[in-house]
Amino acid sequence: MKSEQEPLSTLAVGAVGRIESIKVNGFTRRRLLDLGFVPGTKIEVLRRSPAGDPTAYYIRGATIALRKDVANEIIIYKVHG
Amino acid sequence: MAHYCHSCGNSKTHALEKFNVKKEGDNLVIALAGNPNTGKSTIFNALTGLNQHTGNWPGKTVLQAQGSFIINGQKCTIVDLPGTYSLLANSADEVVARNFICFGKPDTTIVVTDATCLERNLNLILQVMEITDKVVVCVNLIDEAKRKEIEVDIKALSEELGVPVIATSARKKIGLNELINTVHQVASGKILTNPKIIVYDQEIEGAIKELEPQLENLLKGELNSKWVALRLIEGDVLLLEAIKDYLGETLSSTECEVDMSCAR
Repeated sequence: MKSEQEPLSTLAVGAVGRIESIKVNGFTRRRLLDLGFVPGTKIEVLRRSPAGDPTAYYIRGATIALRKDVANEIIIYKVHG
Repeated sequence: MAHYCHSCGNSKTHALEKFNVKKEGDNLVIALAGNPNTGKSTIFNALTGLNQHTGNWPGKTVLQAQGSFIINGQKCTIVDLPGTYSLLANSADEVVARNFICFGKPDTTIVVTDATCLERNLNLILQVMEITDKVVVCVNLIDEAKRKEIEVDIKALSEELGVPVIATSARKKIGLNELINTVHQVASGKILTNPKIIVYDQEIEGAIKELEPQLENLLKGELNSKWVALRLIEGDVLLLEAIKDYLGETLSSTECEVDMSCAR
């Protein structure tokens, strides 16, 4: 059963998703790809800063902080169970 | 025509001088590449001690550290490249690192990686291997990995990549002798590497095949033509400029061919 696609920014803390695509282009896209944000990669929401932004994500063995405007552009499938 | 000095005939020396790196006589020139936070500077300091100085890369505000050490009686100059996640030239750091590896033609490039985070570091290793086959991978922070109960199969990694891989802990001075010995052997040609070749999808490989012959003609072996083809397909304008700057070649005719293939 295929999960719905949604922006990474909508995932709650503790949720896990798999990357479907990155919508942003240019420098940010390149940087995200270099850091391992490629389709099929598992990504977990670790914690959110008190102000609500940025959020810490666990991806490919590293913890990476993303601002909401960037996380909005990363489309994921939610991973159930 | 590639940059050629009529008085001494040594084009490589001049290429290095463009990077503020002096090649004295038979010195080997070693480049130190790697992701940020992999302990690259610790390795650099461990190898060079006080025999180092810092400056700037020409025309950039990026810091450059150069140092030297002696191995088997031969003096080696080691250049610390800025920490980068990639060589795809999106920032001044990446441009500096890429230009040095491509046009400075170090005798060997060491790619320093973090043993606790190897997967992400592989991106840079593979990119460097696409430019040059004189690569030694240094899996650093091996003590950190042990602490986190991560074990790296160095032998398997080396077989997969086709280049020598050495485990080190620069902090604890583990593996450094093995590292410089291996680097020396690769630089002097005693060890021949066989870097894994990355195969792209059919469409891209087809485009590469179309561009390669013209590029071979133009580059005359100065740069890996498959790698340049890939960058042209990506529309890397900065690379065309760098080729003009460092190799004195104008790729205007190639640009036309590429415009046509990119338009498809």
